[in-house]
Amino acid sequence: MRILTITKRIFVEMFRDKRTLALMCIAPLFILSLMYFLFQSNTNTVADMGSYNISSSLIKTIDNKHLKIHQISSDTPAKKVIRDKDYAGFIKKSDGKLVVTYQNADQNKTAIIKKSVQMALINVQIKQLVSATQKSKVGLLKMQAQLQQIKKQLPATISNRISAPSTPKNLQNPTSLKLTQHYLYGKSNSSFFTTMLPVFLGFMVFFFVFLISGISLLNERNSRTLDRLLATPVKRSEIIYGYLTGYGAVAIIQTAVIVLFCIYVLGISILGSIWVVLLICFALAMVALSMGLFVSTFAASEFQMVQFIPIVVIPQIFFSGLIPVANMAGWLQVIAHIMPLYYGASALTDVIQKQATFASILPQFSAILAFLVVFIVLNMIGMRKYRKV
Amino acid sequence: MDAAVTVTHVNKSFNKKRILHDVNLTASAHEILGLIGPSGAGKTTIIKNIMGMEQPDNGEVTIFGNPMPNRQVLQRIGFMAQDDALYESLTGRENLKFFAQLFGVKKDRLNARIDYTAGVVNLNQDLGKRVSNYSGGMKRRLSLAISLIQDPDLLVLDEPTVGIDPELRRQIWDELRKYARDGKSIIITTHVMEDAAECDELLMIREGHIITHGSPHSLEQEYHVDNLEQVFLKAGKSNENSNNH
Repeated sequence: MRILTITKRIFVEMFRDKRTLALMCIAPLFILSLMYFLFQSNTNTVADMGSYNISSSLIKTIDNKHLKIHQISSDTPAKKVIRDKDYAGFIKKSDGKLVVTYQNADQNKTAIIKKSVQMALINVQIKQLVSATQKSKVGLLKMQAQLQQIKKQLPATISNRISAPSTPKNLQNPTSLKLTQHYLYGKSNSSFFTTMLPVFLGFMVFFFVFLISGISLLNERNSRTLDRLLATPVKRSEIIYGYLTGYGAVAIIQTAVIVLFCIYVLGISILGSIWVVLLICFALAMVALSMGLFVSTFAASEFQMVQFIPIVVIPQIFFSGLIPVANMAGWLQVIAHIMPLYYGASALTDVIQKQATFASILPQFSAILAFLVVFIVLNMIGMRKYRKV
Repeated sequence: MDAAVTVTHVNKSFNKKRILHDVNLTASAHEILGLIGPSGAGKTTIIKNIMGMEQPDNGEVTIFGNPMPNRQVLQRIGFMAQDDALYESLTGRENLKFFAQLFGVKKDRLNARIDYTAGVVNLNQDLGKRVSNYSGGMKRRLSLAISLIQDPDLLVLDEPTVGIDPELRRQIWDELRKYARDGKSIIITTHVMEDAAECDELLMIREGHIITHGSPHSLEQEYHVDNLEQVFLKAGKSNENSNNH
C-alpha cells in the first residue's frame, strides 16, 4: 500500500511538471526525427574533385551522381588546388600515371572518390577488352569473307569439301549477367538510421530515465522530504519500489510514444513483436532507474548528478552495438559485458531487425534483470545511509 | 508517570567536533518538554538522535521502552522538522493525504483527519492550493498539521512556532495543552522565551550542554529572577564557572 502511495505521488508530481514530461516524451522524438533526416541525406553526399590533363572520355567514366568534377586549366600543385577550392580530391595524369590526392577531411568523400576512380579504371579495362575482342571479331569476319572469295575461285569439287567456318557463338554477344538482390532483413532503402534505431531507442529510454529518476531522488533528499519520509514507518525498500513503479510507468509511456512515433511517423518497420520491444525498454528503464537512484546517493546537487553522465551514460553508447563489439579488443569486450545498454541494444536490434522472439532474446533479457537485481540491492544498502532500520 | 522518551548519556560528534555532551532527558506523558537554547546549541541534533535519524556516538535513546532507531515506533511519533519538508508541486490536501496513507490512516477516517488537522492550524481554506504558492508561515502550519495526522502518542516538534502570528500561536498552544491533558507527550524546541514559558518542563541548552532544567516557575525561583531570559544567562554563567573549575 505504501508503495502505491509513493508511486501515485511520483505520478502526480510528474504530470504537474509539464516541462519534464515534455522532455521525457518529446525530446526523444525530436532527436530521432533529426537523426532520421540527417542519416538519410548521408547517402546523397556529393564530393567535389578537381582534374587536370584527364581525357574527357575518362572523366565521363569517372563521373557519377556522387561526384562533381571540376576541370582545372593550368598545372597547379594538388595541395594548392584542394586548399584554395576546398575540393575533396584532385586527379591528374602525368607521365602516363594517374595521381589522386585526397583532402581526407571527410572520410566519406574520400571513399566516394576512391570508389569512383577504381570503378572507372575497371570500366576502362573492360572496355579495352571488349574493343579488343570486337577487333578480333571484325578480323575473323574479314578472313571469312576472304575465304568465301577464295572458295568461289576454286573448282566446285574442292569447294564442296571446304565447309564454311562458322563464327564462334560466344563471340556474337558478350553474355550479360542480370543482378537481382535480396535482403534478409530490411529493404534495399534501409539507411544507417534503420540500423541505429534500436540502439538509440534503448539509449534514449536509458538516458532520460536515469537522469530524471536520479535527480528526483536527489531533490527528495535535498528538500529534506526524504528525511521526513523516513520519519514515518515506511520501509526503505518501499521507497525504492515506489520509485521503481512510479518511474517505470512513466518509462512505459515514454517508450510507447517513441515506438509508435517510429512506426507511424518515420515509417520504420519493426519486424518482431512490439510488446517484446516495450518489455525490453521497460526492463532497461528499470535498470536506468535503479542506477540513477543509486548514483544520486553520491551526488550532492543536480549539478553533480549531471557530472555522472559522462562517466555512467556516455560510455554505454560505445558498447551498445554502434561499433561491433565482436571486433573489439579482448579487454574492451569484457567492459561491453558489464554495460546494461549492451544487452538492451542487442536485444532490441534482434527483435526490431531480425524478428527475434522473446525466447531467443531471453539471455540478454536475463542479463538486464540481473543488473536490476544488483542495483536494487545496492540501493537498499545505500538507503541505510539515511536510516539504519 | 510513564517515560515516553528517555535519553541517557548521549554524546555526538561531527568531524571530531563535539556537538552533544552527555545529554540526559526524560519526556513523560501529560507533559510538554521544551528544549530551549540559541541556534547552534544542539537542539536539532538532540531531536534527530531521538528520532533515530542519527545514531549517538554513545548513550541510548528509548521511546516507549524501545531502543531507537526503531521503525515500528515511528508510527506513534508525530514529527515536525525544522525545515518544511513538503512536496511543493502537491496541494496542501495532497501532502496531508500522502503522509496519512504512509501512516496507514484508514480510508473512512482519512478526510476527517485531514479536515481536523488543517483546522488546528487554520489551513482549511488553503488546502486546495499548491504548496509552492504557500507563504513561509503557511508551510510551517502545514508541517505541523502533517505531524498530527495519524493522531500520534508523542509529538516531536522542531521550532514549530517560527513565522506563525500571535493569535494562531495561542491557538496552537491551546491545542498542544489539550493533547498533553489527553496523555500525549510533547517535545518541542524553541529559541523564543515566550514559548518556553508555556512548557511544563524546560531544558536549557548551550553549546551541547544541558545547563539547567526544571519547570519555568521553579527555574525563575531557583535563580532569583523574574523571567526565563535571565535564568538562561545566569545558568549559562554558572555552567561556565563550573566547567572552568
